[in-house]
Amino acid sequence: MTRGGLIARVVATLGGLGGLRRHRENAQAELHQISGPANRKFDAVRSGEVAVRGNERARLAEEVPPPELDETPDPRAELWVALLLIAAAIAFAGFVVFYVVSEDTHLLGLSLGLGLVLAGVAAALAGKRVVIQEKTTDEYTDYGDREERREVANHLVEGKVGVTRRKLLFSSLAAVGAALGAATVVPVASLGPRVGEKVYETPWSAGKKVVDERGEPIALDTLSPGEFITGFPEGASKEEIGSALMIVRLETDELELPADRADSAPGGYVAYSKICTHAGCAVSLFRYPTFDETQPGPALVCPCHYSTFNPADGGKVLFGPAGRPLPQLPLRAGADGSLEAAGGFYEPIGPSYGGIREGPEKAPL
Amino acid sequence: MIRRTVAALDERLGAAHPLKRALRYVFPDHWTFMLGEIAMYCFVVLVATGIFLTFWYVPSDAKLHYAGSYVPLQGTSMSESFASVMHISFDVPAGLLVRQTHHWAADVFVVAIVLHLVRILLTGAYRKPRELNYWIGVTMLGLAILEGFLGYSLVDDLLSGMGLAIAYSVAMSVPFVGGPLAFLVWNGEYPGTDAFWPRLEILHVFLIPMAIATLLALHLAQIVRQHHTQFPEEGSERVVRGTPAWPGYGLRSLGLFLIVAGVLFLLGGLVQINPIWEWGPYEPYLSTNGAQPDWYVGWLIGALRLMPPLEVVIGDYTVVPNPFWGGALFPAIVFGLLYAWPPLARRLRLDDRREHNLLDRPRDNPKRTAVIIAFLVWVFAIFAAGATDRFYFRSFISYEGQVWFFRAFALLVPFLVYFVTKRVCEELRAREAHPLRGWRGTVIERNEALGFEETSVSTDLPEEARQQLAD
Repeated sequence: MTRGGLIARVVATLGGLGGLRRHRENAQAELHQISGPANRKFDAVRSGEVAVRGNERARLAEEVPPPELDETPDPRAELWVALLLIAAAIAFAGFVVFYVVSEDTHLLGLSLGLGLVLAGVAAALAGKRVVIQEKTTDEYTDYGDREERREVANHLVEGKVGVTRRKLLFSSLAAVGAALGAATVVPVASLGPRVGEKVYETPWSAGKKVVDERGEPIALDTLSPGEFITGFPEGASKEEIGSALMIVRLETDELELPADRADSAPGGYVAYSKICTHAGCAVSLFRYPTFDETQPGPALVCPCHYSTFNPADGGKVLFGPAGRPLPQLPLRAGADGSLEAAGGFYEPIGPSYGGIREGPEKAPL
Repeated sequence: MIRRTVAALDERLGAAHPLKRALRYVFPDHWTFMLGEIAMYCFVVLVATGIFLTFWYVPSDAKLHYAGSYVPLQGTSMSESFASVMHISFDVPAGLLVRQTHHWAADVFVVAIVLHLVRILLTGAYRKPRELNYWIGVTMLGLAILEGFLGYSLVDDLLSGMGLAIAYSVAMSVPFVGGPLAFLVWNGEYPGTDAFWPRLEILHVFLIPMAIATLLALHLAQIVRQHHTQFPEEGSERVVRGTPAWPGYGLRSLGLFLIVAGVLFLLGGLVQINPIWEWGPYEPYLSTNGAQPDWYVGWLIGALRLMPPLEVVIGDYTVVPNPFWGGALFPAIVFGLLYAWPPLARRLRLDDRREHNLLDRPRDNPKRTAVIIAFLVWVFAIFAAGATDRFYFRSFISYEGQVWFFRAFALLVPFLVYFVTKRVCEELRAREAHPLRGWRGTVIERNEALGFEETSVSTDLPEEARQQLAD
């Protein structure tokens, strides 16, 4: 519809306003007349249902209200639709203007969204009030034709006619199928390298300097007991999964490390892989209660699924889903008094997989 | 004009007959039938806004120093992926609007699909002859969740990196094939190599959307071929009754589309979602507390959190690493049950083997409704457990206590819910199956002698209904 046509229509509708009240009264009267019998029909269906629940299903199947057709015009609805459309047009035009002058996300979203909603309400209202209101019926189709099914089956079976060495042919076909299947699946493996030694490799070895995020060495007086810092191997990539350390300082009398790790914590500094052994997130929370009468002891916590590890006891799992302790890295004080690794991790790092507990000497798969 | 177009099409394609059928196609009316439509229209908005975003998005983990117009992150080292999304958000006109609308549309998309599924289950719409369409729908739900996860992973912000680390660990945890599988997808050890990001992108912008679009087309084609189901008030098992596609229904559905799109753009423009500049770029050694992914992966987070620290180890070999239980087995069970439901319900004698075009109200089949509600409560309890850390912040109920509570809740409450739901449905049905039994009053009419007399209620019923009751 052209803009002129639209406006003409609005004016025409406005002109018709005088007769509106009469029209509405008529419509309402009509409504009352039909509502009685319609309800009755409804009751019949409902009570029909009762009978069906017992045993007679077929009877209800025929109880369908008749088609309806309502062609009564509704000039007021037409007016509303026109007004909504004009408002939508203004909103869309507003979007163009805002796009040019301000680019503000709020204004752009408001104008575009509002325009769409207004146009949508107009369309829905037109569908409900302006166009003819109609209820029609159609039949459900019963699919499934025995005769045709048999024909299809017969036709398929015809493929066997005249073939004598069926078994031989089928087994060769099966061989082709299996081989072709394997041949198409195998290239999937070229998507990525196989799991090998790499999972166990970390940049850490005895003598490797520990540095902080800016690359500065970590001296023994950097932390007070109850503080933590993220450590990295000097000169190695921070992104590598085996790089990052969660270093915490505890009071030396808090430590309960296993006997063979007694020397791994100079000055109460203990270091753990920052990658959770559950699902690979960074274990970045350190719980260090200052009122130990009422609160549980120190813990390293992963914020993804709240696996909770004990930093005083070699990273043992205290709570949560992790199935392995957090791998500890032995520390020592280097020649310049700053922290360095005294060796590699005591356990393999990262999330579990089949070979995680087998150790580096038996590379899995 | 209209006549000429129709004539032209008909002379060339014989279009008049199919057009006539399409325009007269009957849509039964019920408000719950809108849920599927809302999902479909969300998909349309997702495709439209998604195309816009692909013009700027760069799938690459190559590092650069941010030089865009968001001052606090200027000079920060980040991946090209993250930088390109920052560019969309701050330097492309209307870019943030489209990006946020895309994100909102994804969230609403999955909500609408889930509600649609619940409606289909509770009304028995999945029964013969519509099982195939039900399975297509369940597949689309799975694809929609995966698609959403890939979408927010692409951004490479802190939140998406944490999600990908978990996805990697779940892949690693699959018994026997996990390690190679994860290395296959990530092209090596986490966080993967250059090859990983284009893979993620092609899945998100092409393969999965095409799969959804194809299944959507099949879904609709099957509905057209079989017709909609309907409630018994309107039609019957043989006759479908409703509004024809043109003009009434078409206009109303167009209106729904525009309103859905409009609400999504209003949300996208006015309500902030996933402000990646606040999370910052991801590095494997970074994480943040209180991180909540998009709602539709909450059920997996919850399952991962509730699982006790159990790993099955034989000798040195770890057969089942822990993330498998919550991240792979749990969704496999949920989707397995959804796929198996139509034949399973028949086997359990919750459904019969006949064809059904009429829908049940939930109360009409109390046992089936109770089983479905119990199942939904089970999944919802685990979903809610995904928010335990937020509850902890709000309420300071200890985290450990909540986990134990939800473990017990998920295992026990569904059984309770089963019995309660069954009872409620039976009560509702019993009251209605005998509409006269519930009547406790009397009807009084004034008679010709200006006195009052009681009349029986059944006189109000039409003759045919009384006949049926008598039968």
